[in-house]
Amino acid sequence: MDLAKRWRQKPAYYRLEGQRHRTSGEVRFPPQPPRVGESVEEWEAYPLQGTGEIYSFAGVRAAATEYEAQTPYLVALVRLDEGLLVSAQLTDCDEAELQIGQRVEMVTRRMSDTGPDGLLVYAYKFRPVLR
Amino acid sequence: MMQTSRPVGLLGYGVYVPRYRIAGKEIARIWTDGQGGVPVEAKSVPGLDEDTITMSIEAGRSALLRAGVPAQELSVVWVGSESHPYSVKPSGTIVAEALGTSPWISAADYQFACKAGSEALTAAMGMVGSGMAQYALAIGADTAQGRPGDALEYTASAGAAALLVGVAEAALATIDATVSYVSDTPDFFRRADRPYPVHGHRFTGEPAYFHHIKAATTRLLSELGRTATDFTYAIFHQPNAKFPQTVAKQMGFSEAQIKPGLLSPVIGNTYSAIALAGLCATLDIARPGDTILMTTYGSGSGADAYALTVTDALLERRERAPLMAAYLARQEFVDYAVYAKWRGKLVLG
Repeated sequence: MDLAKRWRQKPAYYRLEGQRHRTSGEVRFPPQPPRVGESVEEWEAYPLQGTGEIYSFAGVRAAATEYEAQTPYLVALVRLDEGLLVSAQLTDCDEAELQIGQRVEMVTRRMSDTGPDGLLVYAYKFRPVLR
Repeated sequence: MMQTSRPVGLLGYGVYVPRYRIAGKEIARIWTDGQGGVPVEAKSVPGLDEDTITMSIEAGRSALLRAGVPAQELSVVWVGSESHPYSVKPSGTIVAEALGTSPWISAADYQFACKAGSEALTAAMGMVGSGMAQYALAIGADTAQGRPGDALEYTASAGAAALLVGVAEAALATIDATVSYVSDTPDFFRRADRPYPVHGHRFTGEPAYFHHIKAATTRLLSELGRTATDFTYAIFHQPNAKFPQTVAKQMGFSEAQIKPGLLSPVIGNTYSAIALAGLCATLDIARPGDTILMTTYGSGSGADAYALTVTDALLERRERAPLMAAYLARQEFVDYAVYAKWRGKLVLG
């Protein structure tokens, strides 16, 4: 993936930072540019708690090239405690032990390796709550 | 003996150990037909998506949680490791951004074999002790590698420990003094472009680990006017299960004193993280008023000894983040084939 795009999205990828609308209180993730007619000031950076529950999950055995070395791996839709639905990889767990509604927490992990002359990409994943 | 002009201590601490383990017997099955003893029962193995940076982030988050200090108030993020993912590009900046610090900090990587994290700790004491910083985060983390079949392969493991240094009045444990003792001793080294370290066999053990740890520890004890029995707990660097127990005994420390911080038998040697993680595991069970001695060791060679005193603040902060026991409890054993795949030991044509 484009390095500049990853770099721009660091707060979202590294620490699950979203945005909150200063007047309506609406929270969104990932951060987006202002809509047409909105000023930049209307949305502020908003750190999400990083906790939620599994809404749905699936095992990936045939992956996109960037993730081939990691197969098989698990993906999920996670309903964050702030109400948002986020898609992410799951880590540190086995498919057989997962359940819909299970509590999960965000961890920052190595997402992909773009090769010996490329950057390492770090991003959020979710795992079953440690304790 | 080194002491800061402004008293300092640990405001928070955090650890990380990966979920995966490989048994010493499984490694012996491949290389010695299962014959002979193994230096540790098992060692931790990093998952495919883990490295020094990711482990540092989790340990760092726990240290901030325990301290109750917002990441934005940190002045320093320093990461000590012999397995930084990049040769050129700091781990510290990535860790800092993941923690959510301000850009107005000092971020750097330290290197001193297994003592890299404790170098960061001593420097952090200096930053806070001089008044240059209010909060400094010192991390030791490693995903250590041993050449397949080498004795090191049984012990070289993965983990992280983060210590948040601040003023003593706010500390859960004060750091009363430290001693650093170093010499050019070629017991263990890895050249810049090589994947695995080698031992300078003649120098391993007695002239390296034992000499340096004893020099630093006895100097600290004598300058503080204390003896081994004056401490509630002690932690010594753990390249295997035997060395820390032997050096403790030689200096008059009991098994009970080192037991809470002795982690190598079950997770191996997490290098820069092992002594600091042993300190964290000891803080997990310590009580206000307890005194703790920690002596780290790094090949090449050097040892740092620290004397700490636990305060009342520990009790209310301890449960704010996962204890070492939570990480030790979630062990998932892998066989040598999976380990070889994950650790990049397979040649993929």
